[in-house]
Amino acid sequence: MQRIPILRMGRVLLVTIQVDLQDQTALALQDDLSEMITRTGARGVLIDISALELVDSFIGRMLVGISGIARVLDAQAVVVGMQPAVAITLVELGLSLSGVRTALNVERGMALLVHDQQEGQA
Amino acid sequence: MREENAAIEALLATQYDQVLRDWLAEVASAGDRTGGRGGATTSTNEANELLMALRIGAKADGDLEKFDDPAWSGVRDALAVISRDRAAKGSTAGETNHFILSLKKPLFSGLQQQFAKDAARLVAMLWRISTLVDKMAQHTITTFQRSREDVIMRQQQELLELSTPVVKLWDSVLAVPMIGTLSSTRTQLVLESLLQRIVDTGSQLAIIDITGVPTVDTLVAQHLLKSVTAIRLMGADSIISGVRPQIAQTIVHLGIDLQGVTTKASLADALALAMKLVGYSVTRTAKA
Repeated sequence: MQRIPILRMGRVLLVTIQVDLQDQTALALQDDLSEMITRTGARGVLIDISALELVDSFIGRMLVGISGIARVLDAQAVVVGMQPAVAITLVELGLSLSGVRTALNVERGMALLVHDQQEGQA
Repeated sequence: MREENAAIEALLATQYDQVLRDWLAEVASAGDRTGGRGGATTSTNEANELLMALRIGAKADGDLEKFDDPAWSGVRDALAVISRDRAAKGSTAGETNHFILSLKKPLFSGLQQQFAKDAARLVAMLWRISTLVDKMAQHTITTFQRSREDVIMRQQQELLELSTPVVKLWDSVLAVPMIGTLSSTRTQLVLESLLQRIVDTGSQLAIIDITGVPTVDTLVAQHLLKSVTAIRLMGADSIISGVRPQIAQTIVHLGIDLQGVTTKASLADALALAMKLVGYSVTRTAKA
C-alpha cells in the first residue's frame, strides 16, 4: 500500500498529496499524521492538495477529520492549493469543509501559520 | 426511367422558360417579397438553381417517394442554400415555404398539357409529383428552422461569454460584476473563470457584486452561497457587494442564512474593506 510522506519543517508538518488518494491510503495518512503531530509537537500542518484532481466525499470527510484531530492535538491544519474544479465538485457534493482552514498555496499557508503563532505568543 | 421523372424531364427540356416564368409569377402574385432586398433577381436565381437541380435529379431517376434518395442530393443542397439565405435575410418560414410550393402550379399545368388525353395517368402522376414538392417544402422548413436555431445557440453562447468578466481591482483583489438573472449555467461559468483567475493571479479576495442582479430568490441565494464556499475552499475570502435595500429585505423574508458571508451595500465599501484586509490604507494627499 502507498504511504503519503510527511515532511517536518521546524514546527510545521508538510504533507504533499501527489497521487489520487485511495481510501486505505487516506486512512493510513490520518493515522501517520496524528502519530507524527504527537511525536514532534508540531503546531501546524500544511496539507498540499494542488496535485489532486479527483476528490470524493470520503476524501472531503478525511480532510475535515484531519483538521479536527490536529485541533485536538493543539495544531492548526491548513488545506492548501485546491484546484478550482475540485472546489466546485466539493460544493456540488454539499461538502463545505466547515472548520477546515484553507490557503491558496503553500507559501500563503505557511504565512498564515506563522501569523497565528505570533499572535498566540503575543 | 420512372414515368414521372420522364415527364418532368420532358417538361423542363421543352418549356423551361415557361415553367420558370409561371413559377415566379405565382410567387409574386401572393405578394412574396422574400427574395429580400435583391427582390426579383434573387428569386429568379434561386428558382433557376432549383429547376436545374430538379432536372438533374429527374434525369438520374430519383425515387419520388424517397426524398433522401442520392439522386435528389442536388435538390436538397439547393433547398438548403435557399432556406439559409432567406433565414439570414429575415424571411418568415411561411414565405419560404410558399416559394417552394408555388412550383406546383407551373409543373401541374405543364403536365396537364402533356397528358390531357389520359386523365387516370395524369391524376396518378400529379399525386406523386405533388408529394415530391411537398417533401421539398418540408426539407426547406427543416433547414430553415435549423439555421435559425443555430443563430439562437450562437447568440446564447456569446451572451454567456459577454456577461462574465472577472476584473482585477487591486493587488490580490478580484471583482465579478454580476449582471442579469443568475441561472445555474451562468453561475457555474462565472465561478469557474473566477476560481481560475484566483489561482492565476494568486488573489486573496474576491468581490461578487450583485448590483446588476434584478431579483434574488432562494435559488440565486443558493448559487451565491455555493460560490462563497468554493472560494473559501480555494483559500481566498469573498465579499458580496451591491445588496440593494429591496434585495436585503427579500433575503431576510425568505429566511436565507447568509451568516459567515461578508456583505456590503456598495462596491466602494467592499473595496475599502478589501484593501484593509489585504493590508493597504488609503490616504488623501490634498484637499479637493
